[in-house]
This record gives sequence, C-alpha cells and structure tokens, in this order.
Amino acid sequence: MFDSLSDRLQETFDGLRGKGRLTEDDISKAMREIRMALLEADVNYRVVKEFVASCKERCLEADVLGSLTPAQNVVMVVLDQLTELLGSTESRLVLAQNRTPNVIMLVGLQGSGKTTAAAKLAFLLKSQGKNPLLAACDTHRPAAADQLETLGGEIGVRVFRGDGKDAVQVAKGAVKEAVARLNDVVIVDTAGRLQIDEEMMAEAVDIKGAVRPDQILMVVDAMTGQDIVNVVSEFARRVDFDGVIMSKLDGDARGGGALSVREVTGKPIKFVSMGEKPSSLEVFHPDRMAKRILGMGDVYGIIEQAQKVAGEQEAADAERMLAQGFTMNDYLAQLQQIRKMGGLKKMIGMLPGGERMMRQAGGAAGLDDRQLTDVEAIIRSMSREERLKPKTINGQRRRRIAAGSGHSVQEVNQVLRQWGEMNKMMGKMRQMMGGGSRKSLRQMRGMMRNMGMGDLGAPGGRLPF
Amino acid sequence: MGLADRLRRGLSRSREALSEIFYMGGEVDEGFWEDLEDRLVMADMGGEVALQVADDLREEAARANLRTAPQLRRALVERLARCFPEAERDPFDDVPSCVLFVGINGAGKTTTVGKLAGVAASRRQSCLIGGADTFRAAAIEQLQVWGQRAGVEVVTRERGADPASVCFDVCERAERDGAELVLIDTAGRLHTSSDLMRELAKVVNVTRRRSGLPVSVVLVVDATTGQNGLNQSREFNDALELDGIILTKLDGTAKGGIAVRIAHDLSLPIFRVGVGETIDDLQPFDAHAFCQALVGGDEGR
Repeated sequence: MFDSLSDRLQETFDGLRGKGRLTEDDISKAMREIRMALLEADVNYRVVKEFVASCKERCLEADVLGSLTPAQNVVMVVLDQLTELLGSTESRLVLAQNRTPNVIMLVGLQGSGKTTAAAKLAFLLKSQGKNPLLAACDTHRPAAADQLETLGGEIGVRVFRGDGKDAVQVAKGAVKEAVARLNDVVIVDTAGRLQIDEEMMAEAVDIKGAVRPDQILMVVDAMTGQDIVNVVSEFARRVDFDGVIMSKLDGDARGGGALSVREVTGKPIKFVSMGEKPSSLEVFHPDRMAKRILGMGDVYGIIEQAQKVAGEQEAADAERMLAQGFTMNDYLAQLQQIRKMGGLKKMIGMLPGGERMMRQAGGAAGLDDRQLTDVEAIIRSMSREERLKPKTINGQRRRRIAAGSGHSVQEVNQVLRQWGEMNKMMGKMRQMMGGGSRKSLRQMRGMMRNMGMGDLGAPGGRLPF
Repeated sequence: MGLADRLRRGLSRSREALSEIFYMGGEVDEGFWEDLEDRLVMADMGGEVALQVADDLREEAARANLRTAPQLRRALVERLARCFPEAERDPFDDVPSCVLFVGINGAGKTTTVGKLAGVAASRRQSCLIGGADTFRAAAIEQLQVWGQRAGVEVVTRERGADPASVCFDVCERAERDGAELVLIDTAGRLHTSSDLMRELAKVVNVTRRRSGLPVSVVLVVDATTGQNGLNQSREFNDALELDGIILTKLDGTAKGGIAVRIAHDLSLPIFRVGVGETIDDLQPFDAHAFCQALVGGDEGR
C-alpha cells in the first residue's frame, strides 16, 4: 500500500530540488504516481485517465509558487482539481417545503448498508425536529423488517411494516400511515438489488412511481471497486437517484468510488456513514474526501472528533490547570480522551504521514494502546494526594506504586518524568499568557492536546514521536 | 449446467471486458499490452498486480514466442490461475467439520451460511447452524428463517449475548447430536475496529478450543470490493489465521479481480464462489475455470 501521495511524490522529485520550474517530463513522472494512487483508491480506471490528463494540463499551465517544493505544487493542483470534481459545495438534503409527508427513498446493492443508513437518517431528521416514519419495503431478505424495527425502536422512530409482501403496497401504506399519524417524513428502505436484475430494478421503479419521493438516495459501500461505475450508472438510468450516501467510511477504504460516482453520474455525495452508532451519519465534505482519496490524512476529521469528545468540562479544567499546575489527574484525563477518540492508532492514522510513521515504528503492532493502559494503571495506583502533588512521590512510594500496578520502578519513573515535562511546559505557558482570556485558553487547549499526544512516551520509549 | 457455464454466466460482464482485446486474432502490438494492463486494473486486480501480470506475460511471450492473441489468452489464464493456491482440505466436503464465517458488514455471511446449510441438508448431512451474530438487529431472525427453509436447527442466544458463549453452546450441542457440519455465523465488523477484532479472536479461540470437530475460519468477501479487500483480508488473517475465502456476489457486473490479489498476496485458497441467488449458485472454486471465465478463454474455439 502506498502512504501519503505527497511522500511518494517527494521521492520522485528528490532529484529535482532547486529547480524553479518543472519540465513536462517531471510532471509526467508525477502523474504516474498520481495515477497509481488513484487506482489504489479504487477510482475507476477511465475516470483516472481523464483526471490525470486534465491535472497534467493544469500543472503545465500553473505557475510554480516560490514557497512550495515542486512536489507540494503538484499536490496542490491535484488536490484542488479533485476537490472541485467531488463538488465544491456541500449539498444537503432537499425536501419540498409544501408537501407533507416528504418521502425519502433509499436504494442500493445488497449489503451496502441501506437499512442501517435508513435508521441513521431517521435519527438525524429526528434530531432536527422532524417526526420521521420508517417504511420497511425490503420484503425479500429474511428478517429485514425485523432489523429495521429493532433499529427504529432504539432511536424511538416508528416503523411501518404493512403486509411485508408487496414492497409497493408497503410504501403506499406507509405514506397513508404517515398522513394519519402526522409524520412529516417517510423514509423508505428498499431491498438490495443488483443493477442487472431486471425484475428487481422494475420493482424499485414501481415504488418510486407509487410514492414519488422528494429525494432518492443511493447507498454506496465505500469499499466498492471498479464496478461502481456500472452500478451507479445503471441505477441512475433506471431509478434516477438524487444523491449518494457513502457507507462504511469508518474503515480504511480510501473511497475513490466517490470520485467515480461524481464523474459518471454527476450526482452529489450527500452524506457519509462512519460507524455503527445512529449518530454516525455526517455531511459530506469534498475537501476531506479528496485528501482521503489521495491518502493524505483527514486533519479536519481529527480536530472535529476531538471537539466532539471534549465537553464543557475541558474549559474549566484548562483554567484550573493554569492556576494550579498540571496534576496526574489531568494526565489521566488526557489518556482517557485519547482512548475516547478511538485510540492512538486511529488518531495517528488520521494525521498526514501518520501511516508511514506507524510503519516505521514496526507496523501497527508497535502502536499498541496497551501503552496507554500501562500509564493509566500506574497513575491509578497512586493515592489521591500523590496524584495532586506528584513531587511528593519518593523512592518508597515509587516501589509501592510499581508493585500495586504490576510494573517496574523504572516504568513508574518514566511516567513521572513525562509528567514533569508536561508540568514544565504548563508553567511556561502560564508565564507566557499571564492572563486567562478566552482566546488564549483556547490556544492552550490545543497545545495541551498536542502535548498529550506528543509526550506520551511509553515505558521503553517505543512510540515514534 | 456445469460450473464453468455458471461461472461464465456470472462473470459475463468481466469476460467481455477482458476478452475484447483478444478478439483481434492477429499479432499483438504495443497498444495491446497497454490495453491489457488497463483491463486487468478494471477487473479490480489493482495497479501493481496488473503491472506485474502484464510484465510477466510479456516476458513469457518473448520467451515462448507467443505471437497471436489466442496464445496469449491461454498464457494469461495460466498465469492468473497460478496466483491461486490449492486448498488442502475443503471444510464443507470433508466432514466432520466446524466452520466460522467472518467478514465485514454486508459481505453476505448470513446468506452464505443459509445456503451452505441448505446444501448440507439436501445431501442428508446432519448440519447445525450457530448464530453468533448477537450484535446486528434481526441477524438471529434472518438466520432462523434460513434454518427453517433448510430444515436445519439454529443454536443461538438473545441479542446482545456474548458471541463466544454462543459458540460454546453450539460446540456442546454439536457434540451431543453428533452433527457432521457446524456452520457458525458471526457479526460483521470492519477490520479497522480493534476492539471488535479482539472480540472475534476470542470467539475463534473458544471455538477452536472447545470444538471436537476440526475448525476452519472462512472470510466472506464481496466481489464488488475494491483494493480495500486486501487490507480486510490481511487484518482478518493476522487476527484469526484464516483457512480460506468465500467470494460472494459474483453475479453482478463486478469482476472479482480482488480475489486474485488476495489469494496471491496471502496465499489463501478460495472455497466457494457465489454466482447467483439460489442455493445451487454457491459453487466450489476452480481456479482455472474462474480465470478462464475472467479472461474469456474458450470463446474462439
């Protein structure tokens, strides 16, 4: 697997440093790398060809920015182009204002995640103050309606099952039911179908004709390969959907299919689905997707994730830390926060160049969250007083802590040393800032976060940073 | 209808794509090689593998003096077929046997279990289904429907129960009833979720330790999967030591070329391929027939 495209390009350009301008030959070399990167990301072959050609043209035309290396320049052009193609604006769900109930219909291949997406969409609409109704129109897969009913029950959304035989009748019945029960949106979950299955495609068209949806969304698995082009173009031709939900993006698939879908059908990606929880349906951001496809890490994703996890509590903590110094309890809280964000591996994987860093550290195995657990165990073996005033921990106490946590004294020392570093930095910050304005607090929060990640040397110092 | 026909029908779209370039019949030129590489990429084999296969074929062509398209086509089939290792043992034919099905969400695990149970029942083997997917809503119900259709008993627990303990129950039950073939469905999970992968490793360990029958772990892969399929298989293989793969949903227009890459890189055998909706469409895998269908081997005869 390749890592960051920029790293690879850097290698290609290593011999070219100091050149003010790239020759056509240099750019061709770069384009080969880009072609490979896009193919590895499952962008369709034909789309890659066109894309690379247009990128090359733009690279030849573009002025080289003095402040960037040739590699960075090319990456900039490619990234811009990719973002543009993915859709320069976020496109949201468009529902007719003067119609009740609005109808949203979901279609897709088997196993792409329609039923899960239906529940997530219902959850999203509900949190926006709507009152959705789920229609279980998958009458083919065994127990599909049960699945929807269970998911609906979990998020408190009613599910209409009808007779469970004729999908068109169920869809119609659901709309009637919605009128009777004052639901303002009906989400129609349909059976998975292959785009070459005549009978099933006709059924989808029939459902569409029967309920005239405001929006038809196609659910596409982010891991789909080259075939995505055939699938979406056929669905677009027969059912004519309005947008796409990309599912299973919480994995490590680069999701190059998003670009293929855009290029082939012109339909926007509206949502991305990022996990098992009902709240994990997110608005699509073309710029992030572009970076992901090129393997450049999702910097925004990590920031947002941190923001989501960080509660109100944090601001208060920061203030207290400023006033009283950094205690072991704060250290512990930081560790737990890293864990909440999905562990070190996930966070580092999201950083640009992170994958390479992990590989250098001996693969993902070298980056075990066990190290977090070790530090946690040691801190938890300290008494309350020791945690607040770690300086009081003398040799005897160190031995006790080591025995209590099942670690060696050296490991305890290591944790204390790390804490010392962090505390020192906190002291510097205190001097630097003097006051505690809102803005500086925010800055500090960011710094602390970096520290928490940057200073977490494990016992044995195996971490690569 | 024989296996080759079924495969060919299932793979018809992929075959068209690849065999188009072999139709010219006469001698090949530079354009042919570029085209071949493109087609291999389009079959989801990945840029690097495609490059390698095309280069190998080119070398072989020079060495063995292959000039015409039909000759090259045969050579390509041979070359691709070599990517697939032979299965030492087919866990579905060589009973008694206990098979765990793992894979990412929506790969088709539950359906595959259902179909295999149907096949076993029609062969009058005593079969038992274990429902260890206690996570996904209605997975148990789905499996029970399959069980009823096949007339095979399903051993499971309520939703949210510990999957490892379900496996324990299943093994115990299989021993008591003297079941020949035990098929255990597990919850789909992304290979990137370390917690869920650990849980699965536990499930597999418990089953391996408890089961009196030889245990195989089979990864179910959707044929529409692109290059991420390799990551998937690698992670699952690292965590669970897979015995082989089942490739599903080959009845669409997907080429299933990722199977070549997985089999090649991890040297895992493919036990079955799903080429259609019915029970009979889950076929034993024949590397040669698969590659021939992929390339369009006997078109010209």
